[in-house]
Amino acid sequence: MAEIHAVIVPKWGLSMEEGKIDHWYVEEGEQVSEGDDLVDIETTKITNTLESQHAGVFRKLVAEEGETHPCGMIIGVIADAGAADSDIEAFVESFKESYDPADVAVEGGGPEPETIEAAGKRIQYVKMGEGDGTPIIFVHGFGGDLNNWLFTQPALSEDRVTYAIDLPGHGGSIKEVGDGTLSNLSGPLRDFMKAMDIGRAHLVGHSLGGAVVLSVSKEAPDAVASVTAICSAGFGGDINMDYINGFIEGKRQRQLTQTLGALFADKSLVSKDMVDDIIKFKRLDGVDAALRTLAAGAFAGGQQAETLGDQAAALGDRLLVVWGEADEVIPSAHAQNVSGGARVEVLSDAGHMAHMEKSADVNALIVEHVSAFD
Amino acid sequence: MPKKSVRQAINEALRQEMERDPTVVIIGEDVAGGQGGSGDVDAYGGVMGVTKGLIGTFGPDRVIDTPISESAIMGAAAGAATTGLRPVAELMFVDFLGVCFDQIFNQAAKFRYMFGGKARTPVVIRSMIGAGVRAAAQHSQCLHPIFTHVPGLKVVMPTNAYDAKGLLIQAIRDDDPVVFLEHKTLYDIEDDVPDEAYTIPFGEANFTREGDDVTIVGFSRMVHIANEVADKLEDKGISVEVIDPRTTSPLDEEAILESVERTGRLVVVDEAPPRCNLAVDVAALVADKAFGSLKAPIKRITAPHTPVPFAPTLEDAYIPNAGRVEAAVHEVLESGGRAAAE
Repeated sequence: MAEIHAVIVPKWGLSMEEGKIDHWYVEEGEQVSEGDDLVDIETTKITNTLESQHAGVFRKLVAEEGETHPCGMIIGVIADAGAADSDIEAFVESFKESYDPADVAVEGGGPEPETIEAAGKRIQYVKMGEGDGTPIIFVHGFGGDLNNWLFTQPALSEDRVTYAIDLPGHGGSIKEVGDGTLSNLSGPLRDFMKAMDIGRAHLVGHSLGGAVVLSVSKEAPDAVASVTAICSAGFGGDINMDYINGFIEGKRQRQLTQTLGALFADKSLVSKDMVDDIIKFKRLDGVDAALRTLAAGAFAGGQQAETLGDQAAALGDRLLVVWGEADEVIPSAHAQNVSGGARVEVLSDAGHMAHMEKSADVNALIVEHVSAFD
Repeated sequence: MPKKSVRQAINEALRQEMERDPTVVIIGEDVAGGQGGSGDVDAYGGVMGVTKGLIGTFGPDRVIDTPISESAIMGAAAGAATTGLRPVAELMFVDFLGVCFDQIFNQAAKFRYMFGGKARTPVVIRSMIGAGVRAAAQHSQCLHPIFTHVPGLKVVMPTNAYDAKGLLIQAIRDDDPVVFLEHKTLYDIEDDVPDEAYTIPFGEANFTREGDDVTIVGFSRMVHIANEVADKLEDKGISVEVIDPRTTSPLDEEAILESVERTGRLVVVDEAPPRCNLAVDVAALVADKAFGSLKAPIKRITAPHTPVPFAPTLEDAYIPNAGRVEAAVHEVLESGGRAAAE
C-alpha cells in the first residue's frame, strides 16, 4: 500500500494546546517536498509556518483556514499520487477515531524545565533530544528566556542532546546578576556546563546571549565546538535604548505591545499572550533590579559596553553570524563588522527575533554549521 | 508552569511571605484550627482551608487562633501593625465586618493620616464575598463598595489564582491597610502560577479580553461572566474588551477611560446591589471624563436592591448572569444614540 502521512497540528512549546489554521500555502493535488511551507498555524503566543516532513502529493486538506484544532490532530494528508481516494478517506477517518488528546499531552508535551545549582547559582534549563552529536546550548537575549527557542530547539535535537537555558536574571534562574557586565552571565554559563558535565558544546546565542556565548568561547576555547550568534550583541556599539528602556519600564499591556513590535519585521506577531508572559516575568521578585542592572552594565551610556570583534576573528569559520535584515534592536549593519572567516547570513523579512520569525531558515543554517564542527 | 487553585495560590503567598519576613503573622478564627481546644491542631486552616498547613511550619505564635470576636481580631491586628508586625487578619465572611467597623474605618484607616505620616498600619484584612453557595442573606454579600468608599483603605478583588498570589504578596508588603476580598465561588479555579514570589501593583487593570466594539468592566466573579460573553460574541463577530480592574481602591481609571475612548460603549458589571456600587462609580467616571467618546448610554448590570435570597431559584436570579450581560452588550450596540445620528 502506498505511504500515507498525516499533517498534524504541531506542539510548539510547553504551553501550546491547540492551533488555528491561518493560511494554507498548498492546494490539494500539489506536489510537495520535504521542507516546503505547508501552512501557517496561529497559537495563542505566535504564528509560525509548519513545513512538510514528507515528500509526495498534498492529497487532502482536512482543516480549513479559520478552524482551530488541538495539538496532534490531523489537518491534511500527504501521500503518493497512486494512493486511492478511498484509502485517503479511510486514513483520515481512522486517524480521527483513534485520536486521543491525552496521548499528545503526554507524548508531545515535551520535557519540563529543570533546575540545577551551578556554583551555587540556580539555573533553569530544558533538555531535549538524544544522540552522539556534540550537545548544543541555546542562550537567549536581554529579557528573553528558554522559550524563545521553541521553534529551534526541537529541530536541532534529532541527533544530539540540546539545552536551552535561562540566563541569570531571567526565567526560572537566579535573579542575581552582580554588576550586570557580561562576565556575570558568561561565568554562570560555564558553571552550568561544568555542573552538567558538558565538556564541549556548540553554543547558540541570541542578542545579548550572542555576546555571552562569544565571551565563553574566549574564556574557555576548548569547551566550545562552534558559535552561532543571532542578531547578536558584541559586533558594534549601537543598541536601541528605546526598546531596552521600554521593556524595563513598560507595565501596561498596550504599551508593551508597541515596544515589543521592535522585535519583529511583522509586528502582528506580538500576541496578547506574549505580552502577558513578559509582564508576568517582570513581576517576579528580583527581575526589575536584574534588568536595570544588566542594562546599566551591558549598555552603559546607551552603547554596547563590550565588543568582541577580536573573538570573531579568533573563531574564524567556527563562527556563524545570522541577522534579520529588519532588526530594530541591534542593526543588521553590524554584520558587516564581523571580521575573519565567519559565515554571515542576513535574512530578509526578519527582525530581531529572526529565529522565531524565520525559524526554518535559521534552523537549517544552524544544522549545517554544527554538523561541520561536531 | 504549575497549575494551582486560588486556594493554593493564597496559601503559597502567605507561606512565602512568612518565610521571607518574620514579622508576618496570621490572626483569625480557626486559621489554625482546634488550637487551645480539644480538637486536632491544623484540622481546619480557616473556614475554606486556605491557611491549612501553616501552623505546622510557623507555630502558634505566628498563626494565631482567636475567639469569635471580630472587633478583637481587627483591633489586635491594627494595633500590632502599628508596632511593627505585618498581620494578615482573616475575618471569614465580609458580612461580619460590621462588627468591627470602628477598628477598620476609624482606627486602621486613619492612623497614617492622623499621626502625620509617622504611623504605618501594614495590615491585610482577608475576607470572603459573594453569593452563589446557598449561604443566605448574612453570608453572601458583596460589600466591597463600603470599603472602597473609605479613604485610607486599599481594596483588592482577585479573580484568578495568578492574580491572587501576586496581589496578596503586594498587600502584605504594602504599608497601608488592605482589604483583600476573595469570592467564595472562585477558590477552586486553577491557572498557571509561578513558584517564585511576585507582586502585582495595585491600580493596574488587567485586560482579560481585547476588543474594539464594547468595553465591559467587571469585578471579582463578574469578570468570568464578562469573559464568557466576550468569547461567545467573538464567534458572532462582535469584538468585546473586558477589563478586570483587580483593585477598586486605587482604581485604574486610565485603563477604563483609554478603552472607552476606543470602543465608545460601556457595560459595567458588579455583583453588589445597585446603589453606590462600583458600577455606579465607573459609570460616573466615564460620564465625567469620557462623555465625548460615548456612542451609547452606559449600561450597569448589578444585583437588585434586596438582601441575597436564600431560596435557590431566587438566589440564582439575584446574581448577574451572562444572559443579562450579553443583552446589555446588544443594547449598547443597537442604541439609537450618537452612532445613529452620525
